[in-house]
Amino acid sequence: MITIIDYKAGNLTSVQLAFESIGQKVKITDKPEEILCAKKIVFPGVGAAKAAMDSLKELKLIEPIRQKIAEGVPFLGICIGMQVLFESSEEDGGTQCLGILPGKVKKFKSPDKSCKIPQIGWNTVKIASKHPIFENIDDQSEFYFVDSFYPDCADKKDMIGQTQYADANFASVAGNKNLVSTQFHPERSGRIGLRLLENFTRWDGTLATENTEDTEK
Amino acid sequence: MLTKRIIPCLDVRNRKVTKGVKFQNNIDLGDPIEMAVAYSDGGCDELVFYDITASAQGRPIDIEMVKEVAKAVHIPFAVGGGIRNLDDMRKVLLAGAEKVSVNSLAVLNPNIIAEGAKQFGSQCIVLGMDPVKVEKSEKFPSGYEITTQGFRTRTGLDALEWTKKAQDLGVGEIVVNSVDADGTQAGFELNLTRMISENVDIPVVASGGAGTCQHLIDVFIEGKADAAIIASMIHTGKFTIKQIKDELIKAEIPIRKKW
Repeated sequence: MITIIDYKAGNLTSVQLAFESIGQKVKITDKPEEILCAKKIVFPGVGAAKAAMDSLKELKLIEPIRQKIAEGVPFLGICIGMQVLFESSEEDGGTQCLGILPGKVKKFKSPDKSCKIPQIGWNTVKIASKHPIFENIDDQSEFYFVDSFYPDCADKKDMIGQTQYADANFASVAGNKNLVSTQFHPERSGRIGLRLLENFTRWDGTLATENTEDTEK
Repeated sequence: MLTKRIIPCLDVRNRKVTKGVKFQNNIDLGDPIEMAVAYSDGGCDELVFYDITASAQGRPIDIEMVKEVAKAVHIPFAVGGGIRNLDDMRKVLLAGAEKVSVNSLAVLNPNIIAEGAKQFGSQCIVLGMDPVKVEKSEKFPSGYEITTQGFRTRTGLDALEWTKKAQDLGVGEIVVNSVDADGTQAGFELNLTRMISENVDIPVVASGGAGTCQHLIDVFIEGKADAAIIASMIHTGKFTIKQIKDELIKAEIPIRKKW
């Protein structure tokens, strides 16, 4: 059973359908008590960081989320669900976020007109450090992105996948321990995206070697 | 590197995919769900569905079809045709579409773009436009006028001014469908696509006229498009998506290679 947190940050249909298509049962909830008994958590979202944070506060979901991550439950953030895990975002004139991952979320700066913002489309992900969610996924596979902002990891060890766009070479996959998050939308990334979600459903939240060497160039 | 998107367009009429030339003489081609799966498995990057008779028949868009598509494919897809208001947009998005495309509705009520962007996010709102070539004049400085209802209604709007206005209202992406080139398979209208693309900061999708791989190479390089819609050239079986992509890769266009 996959618990999907519904904090009114966009449409969850595609996330739900993607998990169902790989044979998973899904529970969509905005209730703290249901999140507290979750075995695997998906934290999706589109839209703006501030609206997402306001909604998390209003629904009293911040403490349950912190607690589950601390407990070691496998946790997958997607898009805005990734961005709010960082300390702060430049969006909406500066938004304080959860600070579970060190670093800031920054806005892409386009070097010229030919580079459009938001980034919309398929971009390549370089595997920066080996991780169970990349099982049977080739390095430099493409995933579907829709974003104007990107996370800038303060601790480079948290960078699991790396993508280049506009002025940034950013962490398109980041996390540590039982926490993993993607800037792209695996639920919209075809078969390879579904494989990543399937890998997540199989993952127990531990890493084979805790001293994974940083393979970044 | 961000790749250029190849987007098959499925015009749907009575639950059948259909294709005409310049919006006329349509013939039925097949089942929309089966075709969506085949193209997605074949490596297309996105899909777009237009319910081409919803508007004319004054009925809402076929939501059941949208739901079936969303279950069957896990790549982004947009839905347009017959969107009448915010509630229709919501239904389409909740049914599982990534994007909703408005065209005539936005001409009649431009504010729908701003309202949709505010409610659902700019990235969900696509503006489709059908410009036709006209004499350059004070009224039409770009030399293109926006039409609706498949060329039948002229709006008096200049294409470039309309594009900029739509961007200011918060549209996330623009599909430029050349009425003059639609269904001809004679190539995209490159000047039009380039003019729009150079004047906005949001992605521009070229539509109308794709017939060969070279046309696609041209629209990405000369036309400066971020994505291109194809229809006849794959619906007829003349090309597969793989063949198209192989040619684009040879021409060093950044293209999604694994699926």
